[in-house]
Amino acid sequence: MAENGFLQAAWFLLIGVLLVGYAILDGFDLGVGMQHLTTARTDDERRILMNSIGPVWDGNEVWLITAGGALFAAFPKVYATVFSGFYLALMLVLAALILRAVSLEFRSKERGRAWRTTWDVAFCVGSLLPAVLFGVAIGNVMRGVPLDGQGDYAGTFTGLLSPFALCVGLLSAAMFLMQGSTWLLNKTEGAVRDRARRTANLGMAATLVLWVVVTAWSRSEAPALWDGFGFIPAWLVPVAVVAALLAFPVLIRRGRVVAAFAASSAAIAAMVATLGIGLWPNLVPARDQGVSLAVSTTASSDLTLTVMLIITVVGFPFVLAYTAWIYRTFRGPVHLDEHSY
Amino acid sequence: MDVEQLARIQFAITIGFHFFFPSISIGIGAIVLVLETLRVRNRHGKADTYDRAAAFWTRIFALTFVVGVGSGLVMEFQFGTNWAQYSAFVGDIFGAPLAAEGILAFFLESSFLGLLVFGHGRISSRVRWFAALMVVVGTLLSAVWILIANSWMQTPAGYQIIDGRARLTDFFAAALNPSIVPRYLHTVASALTAGAFLALGVSAWYVLKRRHLSVARAVVPIALVTAFVGSAAMFATGDMSAKQVARTQPAKFAGIMAIYSTSTGVPMTIFALPPTQRAADIPQGPELQVARLLSFMTYGDWNAPVTGLDQFPAQDWPPIALSFLSYHNMVLLGTLMLLVMAFGAYYLWRRSLFRRPFWLRAAVLATPLPLIAIQLGWATAEIGRQPWIVYGVMRTADGVSRIVPAEQVAISLGLLVGLYVLLGALWLYLMRRELGHGPAPAPGDGGDEAALDELPRHENALRAGQDVA
Repeated sequence: MAENGFLQAAWFLLIGVLLVGYAILDGFDLGVGMQHLTTARTDDERRILMNSIGPVWDGNEVWLITAGGALFAAFPKVYATVFSGFYLALMLVLAALILRAVSLEFRSKERGRAWRTTWDVAFCVGSLLPAVLFGVAIGNVMRGVPLDGQGDYAGTFTGLLSPFALCVGLLSAAMFLMQGSTWLLNKTEGAVRDRARRTANLGMAATLVLWVVVTAWSRSEAPALWDGFGFIPAWLVPVAVVAALLAFPVLIRRGRVVAAFAASSAAIAAMVATLGIGLWPNLVPARDQGVSLAVSTTASSDLTLTVMLIITVVGFPFVLAYTAWIYRTFRGPVHLDEHSY
Repeated sequence: MDVEQLARIQFAITIGFHFFFPSISIGIGAIVLVLETLRVRNRHGKADTYDRAAAFWTRIFALTFVVGVGSGLVMEFQFGTNWAQYSAFVGDIFGAPLAAEGILAFFLESSFLGLLVFGHGRISSRVRWFAALMVVVGTLLSAVWILIANSWMQTPAGYQIIDGRARLTDFFAAALNPSIVPRYLHTVASALTAGAFLALGVSAWYVLKRRHLSVARAVVPIALVTAFVGSAAMFATGDMSAKQVARTQPAKFAGIMAIYSTSTGVPMTIFALPPTQRAADIPQGPELQVARLLSFMTYGDWNAPVTGLDQFPAQDWPPIALSFLSYHNMVLLGTLMLLVMAFGAYYLWRRSLFRRPFWLRAAVLATPLPLIAIQLGWATAEIGRQPWIVYGVMRTADGVSRIVPAEQVAISLGLLVGLYVLLGALWLYLMRRELGHGPAPAPGDGGDEAALDELPRHENALRAGQDVA
């Protein structure tokens, strides 16, 4: 039934696109949340941070929901194995994301100091925890997941917390921190902006260092990922990561904050693409002797993939168009008014 | 407790909690759209009143929506975490509507809600109206895809089982499966009703307390008409749905109606003691039945045969007491709701609505009824489907994740219950606060309300009543 290699590859690519979209867009939301307690100090500053993402965070989170749905539809066995295997970790991510979502809406509804501080902390922790755990999950996929004969997870919860996976967790947090700071450079003024500029450079430096460490470490931890790079042009992608990261501080120094945001986004996209090249033709490589969950063995029927492709081709241009229009509508620095959080 | 029981409890709690919020969002969203439309068209020269009403109910919408988003996130992933066997089995068919919901509906409602809430000063009046329209279209489309997925579990179609996995063979047959139309209409009618009851209850309360009168009086007729039409539509669509269940899910139907043996000219039970799983144990007690009514309602023939549970092996029976009680209490609440709104609609037509404090109080008390009825309705649909996760195809017990240890599910259950209790309490607290504040005062210091308060009570009410026309 499921034989069409082109359709399967298209869906591998589209899931990647959804993940890149999520990492770029909700990435800056999470990055803003992570530095909520440090970059913003006064009540008004914290309101500005929250309102900078106010009109868009909800739409950004839909990228995650859609990626989850698309994975379910296109590669159901991967959806089932990964989420049941990473059970507790995913539940923690979900709980954190829920708290984070409501902290945005609830925080400024009460004047009390304790109330606001509680939600400030919830917003920060609720952003930091998913940022790290998404990376830990990726780290586990990179080094391969213990799978049994039926393709189900055969490891433990603590088995997910290997030093390598935690290192990838730090990388994803650093990457989102950079992304969030660059967003704030575009949306804030004055003292907050000065602090965001320092955090942006710190985030960039940490991202670059951790990216090099993870890449080098993956030679021994995840050697199979290097197979895809036998094809020399593939090296352009990781080179693009480094180039974008190195361009980033230069652009910031020159005050070109929109370009800096583009560079940071490009670095994220190229990092995810590097991972994609390494993983192909698997989605989840097996550790040790297990059978990997490959694109060809886990894909849904051609009919399902075709229907979904039609839905995507018809629907997604609209999503991109109105998303771009809404970002344009809210461009420029945030000013608080009666409708703000 | 074993992993299956824990997973079932977790699913029931997470879906039950989640479902309050989208129901309210769909209904309140529709009310906001009507108010926005009246604002843009400046009906009765009261653009400002409708503007304040729309802004107020948009705030309530946003507060509700965010809890729905949070709890909905769990739903998107819970099939994979706790029902991995099910997910691997049906992903080919079940996953696609979830992905389509994201692309075609959820992006729309989330993105335009941001515009609606934060757009003041950045977008024109007409764009604001358009944002409200897109939010409502988004909520209604969202429901389409979620109900396609859920209805496929009830009445699977357009598939073949190959190598132990359900494979899509006909997209339109799967999407337009036998139960989707009645179930979609019934769900949307009940969600509209839930939002309308909330808007009506709150506005009636303001009228009784003589607060925010101009906005409250503008909202009451809109909400009342929606609540009345919605309640009536719930009966019409519920009837469609029951007929469909009898045709396509006879064991579920027999369980809901507690029909043990197949016979003709079957009576409708209006009231009875809760039935039991074994026919021999049925408690004797007071009961109220209407002769032959079930046969007539279901098949349009007073003597039509109705299939009883005796036609199915006992292991294929749903939990009878729970299905029966959920269904009958749902119908009871629906009847109550329709009754209150029928009186309201009559008073509105007679222009005496605001001179009826008794009715206004009833409307306030009736606020949560649709939400309870919706929970009971979902319980009827989902408990009635048991023991199947996909009706007649896969048992719920076979769908649960094999590899997740029970203690991990216990931990997540504890985590989610704690979180949801907190969220529910905070939502209620903040709702109370928002409702206490009410809509923004009219420019010029709420002059109409101050003026009204100076009038004698009956005259005040009279003026309010006339205003409805």
